[in-house]
Amino acid sequence: MTEFFYIAAFGALALSLVKDRGKTVSALKKGWQALARILPQFVGIILFVGIMLAFLSPEVISRIIGSDSGAGGVILASLVGAVTLIPGFIAFPTASLLLGSGAGLMQIAAFISSLMMVGVMTFPVETVYFGKRLAVLRNSLAYLFSLLAAFIIGMVVVL
Amino acid sequence: MNTIRIKSFLFPAAAAAAYGLLFLVNRNIFNAAVETAVYGTREMLAVIPPIFILLGLLDVWVPRHVLTRFMGEGSGVKGTAVAFIMGSAAAGPLYGAFPVASVLMKKGASFFNVMVFIGAWSTTKIPMFLFEIQALGAAFALTRLAVNIPGIIIIARLLQRLISRSEQEQMYLRAQAASD
Repeated sequence: MTEFFYIAAFGALALSLVKDRGKTVSALKKGWQALARILPQFVGIILFVGIMLAFLSPEVISRIIGSDSGAGGVILASLVGAVTLIPGFIAFPTASLLLGSGAGLMQIAAFISSLMMVGVMTFPVETVYFGKRLAVLRNSLAYLFSLLAAFIIGMVVVL
Repeated sequence: MNTIRIKSFLFPAAAAAAYGLLFLVNRNIFNAAVETAVYGTREMLAVIPPIFILLGLLDVWVPRHVLTRFMGEGSGVKGTAVAFIMGSAAAGPLYGAFPVASVLMKKGASFFNVMVFIGAWSTTKIPMFLFEIQALGAAFALTRLAVNIPGIIIIARLLQRLISRSEQEQMYLRAQAASD
């Protein structure tokens, strides 16, 4: 999928270059400026995620959200999901492992949902663009929604 | 501008200080953290360049009136569908969504559609969906998708209500200023 984006980006770039050299240069400049503006925050996120995941290994997470952990486990799972930032292609296999090692389905659903929608780690980036109020509101609503989503998935899905 | 610059370095500086502390206190956890951070850096380096190239091209080539027609106020269901598709086709972690959202604002996409775009980027990405089916099964992935699509729209609607008109306008001004 990443390859697809490289093909799309460089294809578009080549087309742009053929059509208008000056505009292409200014597009690259704008892209670079946008990146430079937010790069310190990106670096901060990556560093903090490293520390966070060093404490929250799959074993620790599995202990927190076992299937007999009940409603408290669902809440904890959603909190773990909210504060962590794990790429999907690691998160899903991990979630599948956690299920195998006894984590509950509703807990896993809470973890996955809040992991994707809620970004405590990305909060500083969100604030730069949209201000604190929108960032707080969006993340709070997304958090509540991820609990609801977990509840529905836990009720509907039978593995 | 200067205070913003300094503030933007506080966050990574605090993170770096935390690494220093970990190094002194617990070498094992420090090593694990570094390993993940290296991994995260690789991921960022791989994913970020095409996003920002496309973002720059979008900014330069797509005229405001065209984007407004597709995603602005009054673009209706079609505009929301475009926002959903753009967000779902995205690659990369959520933090990549915000700079793109900011350019969409600048180009006249409606607040509601920008919120839908962010929601879709966060949770209905197509490559992730395929992964999810593989790892957790089709029942799990499809149920989550079925719950998430209305959820994203409801959240966007609520945000549109909760954030006042003047706050929204301020955000648009900020988006405008950011890339000129």
